[in-house]
Formats: sequence, C-alpha cells, structure tokens
Amino acid sequence: MNKHASWIATPLILIAIVAIWEAYVRVFDVSPFVLPPPGAVWDSIVILLSEQKTYWNLWVTLYETVAGFVIAVFIGILLGAFLGKIRWLERTLNPLIVGLQVMPKVALIPLFIVWFGFGMTSKIVLAAVLAFFPIMTNTILGIKSVERGHCDVMLALNASRWSTFWEVELPNALPFILTGMEVGIVLATIGAIVGEYLGGSEGLGYMAVATLNAFDVNGMFAVILILTALGLVLYFLVVFLRRFVTPWHEAVQINK
Amino acid sequence: MTETAMTGKPGAETVREILLSGIEQRYKTRGEDVLALTGIDLEIDLGEFLVLLGPSGCGKTTLLRIIAGLLKPTSGDVKIGGLSLWEGNKRNDHVMEELGVVFQDANLFPWKTIEENIALPLKLRGMKKTQRRDRAHELCELVGIKGFEKRWPRELSGGMRQRAAIARALACKPKILLMDEPFGALDAMTRDQMNIELQRIWMESGCTVVLVTHSIREAVFLADRVLLLSPRPGRMDTLKDIAIERPRDIYVQTTPAFQEIEAELRHKLDSFKTTDAE
Repeated sequence: MNKHASWIATPLILIAIVAIWEAYVRVFDVSPFVLPPPGAVWDSIVILLSEQKTYWNLWVTLYETVAGFVIAVFIGILLGAFLGKIRWLERTLNPLIVGLQVMPKVALIPLFIVWFGFGMTSKIVLAAVLAFFPIMTNTILGIKSVERGHCDVMLALNASRWSTFWEVELPNALPFILTGMEVGIVLATIGAIVGEYLGGSEGLGYMAVATLNAFDVNGMFAVILILTALGLVLYFLVVFLRRFVTPWHEAVQINK
Repeated sequence: MTETAMTGKPGAETVREILLSGIEQRYKTRGEDVLALTGIDLEIDLGEFLVLLGPSGCGKTTLLRIIAGLLKPTSGDVKIGGLSLWEGNKRNDHVMEELGVVFQDANLFPWKTIEENIALPLKLRGMKKTQRRDRAHELCELVGIKGFEKRWPRELSGGMRQRAAIARALACKPKILLMDEPFGALDAMTRDQMNIELQRIWMESGCTVVLVTHSIREAVFLADRVLLLSPRPGRMDTLKDIAIERPRDIYVQTTPAFQEIEAELRHKLDSFKTTDAE
C-alpha cells in the first residue's frame, strides 16, 4: 500500500472502531458503568482538559517517564558498551542479567516505595528499571555485531581499540540502541503509570484509579485515552530521533 | 629519539620491498591440523605489480592477509622495507603505515560519507579536518568519483564503492597496496574498466601492488609478474614474467602474445584439477 493510501486508511479505521463502539453500546444496551458510549467519554475528555489539575497530573507522569527514560538511556548505553567490549565480563554477568530481566519488576514497587517514598522518585526508578534492559541488551548486541570486513579494515589501518570503538563499534550499535529506546520509552511510560496506580497521590495513573473509585467510568476512559496520547507522542519522538541520529541507515531511507 | 633510530623508520635510501621467507600457515578445524600454505619464499620489488593467481582453496587470500599483517604466519618471516612486520605478537607500527589494503567488499562504513570514509585513515593519524578534506577531494579525483564526496555509501554503485575503497587505502600514501579480489563482485564490463583504472592509478602513484585474483585474464592484463599457487596445501607453482608493454589497453587481450601467456597459465591451472580428481 502506498503512503497516501495509508494517510486515508488509518483515520477511516479509527472512525470505524468508534462507530462499532457506539453501535455496540446502543444495540446491546450496555450499562454505562461497563462501557460508556464514545460521546460521553469525549465529553469527559473535554471537561478534564479544561481543569488545571489534569495538566499538573499530566506533567507529573511526563516528568517521571522522561526522567526514568533518560537515566535508563545513559546507564543502558554505558553498561551495554562496557559489557559488549569486555566479553569475559559479559559471560560472567550473563546469568545475573538474564535473571534480572526475567524478574517481574513491577513486583518491586512496594520495595521502591519503602526505599524512595510515595513521591515521584519511586516512579522514576521503576520507569528507569523497566526501560533499562532493552536498551542495554540492544547496545551489547550492536557493539558485538560489527561486520567482519569492517573489523578487517580497522585492523589493516592499525587502529587503536579506542578509535575502533568510537569510529566503528558505537556507530554500528546506534540503530540497535534506537530500537532498544523505542521499546524502552513504552516501558518507561508503563513503569510510571503502574507506579502511580499502586502508590501515590498525583499523576495520570493515580487519576485513573481515583476516577474509578468515584465510579466515574467516563472519566477513567478519558484518562486512559489521555495516557495513550501521551505514550504515542513520546514513542514517535523517539522514532523521529532515528532520522537525526542515523540518517545513513537503510530503514530511514525506506521511511521517507 | 634513540629508540626511533633503533626500531623506527629506515632511511629514505632504503629500497622498500616485500620479502617473504619460509612462510607456512596451519590452522585447526575440528581438532584436525590443516596445512594451508607452505614453502613461500618470495621477493617483491619496489613498484612492482605482482598478481597472486590460483584456484579457490590455494591459500592466495591467506597469503595476502599474511602480507597485510592481518594474520600472523605459523612460521616464516615477513619483511617489508627491510623491517620485520611482526615483533613477537605485536605488529610493527611503522611497517603497518606502509600498507594499504583493499578487500573484495568495499567495506565502507555506512555511517560515514564517502569523504569521511576516505579520510578515516588520516583521521586516525591525527590530521586536521580541513587538510583531511582536501586530501579526500584529491583522492576522489584520482579514483574518478569526484562530486560524490558528500554521499552515503549506499547511494553509490558497487564499482564506485570499490573506487572509494581504493581511495581510502591510498589515503596515507602507502608504499604497498594489497588487494584481495578487489573487483570480484563487479560485473564483467565494470571489471574491465576498473582494471584499466587500476593500472593508471598504480602508474601515477608508483606504489607496489600485490593483487589476488582467480581470473587468468585479469592476472595477465595487470601483472608485471604472476605467481601461480597450487592448491592443498598452497605452494608456489610458477612465477611468470609478463613482458607486455605499458600502458596496456583492453585490446591487448586480443594479441597473440597475451593469449599465449593466458593459455600457458590455463594449462597449468587445469593440471591442478586433474591431479585433484585422481
């Protein structure tokens, strides 16, 4: 399908989904406590967006997500580069890394709350921990997957290990790192929201719980849609970053 | 600077040549010891164009990698410009500076523009940016890709990428250019054209070239001398002087003198096959 067709098709599919939603609610006479009609949810969104506290909560969630993500990017790339370069260290730590990766990190929230309190810090830590692993493992993969021919060139040029890292291994890893970041930003958003669900008094995650507790189902759906919009914006910012960081890459060319 | 005087560069009057003595290469596959290359004693003169020719599996690429310092031979000595390439397990930095290597694939770095790729060897030696750029432009002109300096490698054809790879190998003005089937991946027409270009570049730069190929025609067209290697294990079979006048054009291939040498080498290559089958 060409580019223009998808520009038309995507909104059409969205409209169709909303229409089916509306029809389903009307035909089967669904209780508004189970699934409110789209119109009511829309009204709730408009009301929420007219209130000051929504923006404050949005800011809190955004701040937690971005702060956690940025920490994850720094530590993930740094540690990934280290482990990618020092093979014996990677082999030694591999069981530990896999173990930590498999561990359900959301279960750590009570611990983080004990350690870092009910404020933003515990959510930032959770967002960082979730986003960290895909970024680190992708960095390791990228550093290690330098083509043999490229290694030969650097070897023939008698390049130092540091030059080889800087000129070849790191740029080679960039597309991998960006893929890790695309996964990472989504996980960071989830981390911040789940953190707010389970403990705290601000942020969109807290708002979702609060609206549900007040039986404001419309409001809850509205909060979830605002959260989705936030997640989408963050995700596409990272995708957009790819064009600036790796303009040479084939994937960028195809997207144009 | 006494240390430099002892281990460093030889004086300008020293003849730079390649001296291979008693080269042997073994490697292990599944616990088995395989002899890949043996009994290589060879002297390559300054400014000479030597072609390593042989069937696949004769160790010609291995031999080139040994000369390039990419592989330490199991035994034997590589001397370049009178200096040993290997000092224990370390390569002599001054000797490495004299070498430029071109591989079968261009191996350009996709994240660098053509200009940055060509200038990389200069960057590694700490040359300033503006100087690097000037030299890269000069090299682009030499190899015939002027105007493509700012492009990404993926935007160039295979032949042009290989030209850029040659430019990169020449960036630091090496005395010796080592080429491993540099045009093997190109179509026949581009290949003929590249061979003529290579002859021109070689004559302009005055460097010594060692080139690996499995094309007899390419070998005879390019070489001052052809070294024919026999397979399993790789041994020196024949050293053939190619006394055809330079510069050679593509029609030289239709002359009797050319075809005679080509036929002679083909007979030799075919004789390897029959002994193989027995």
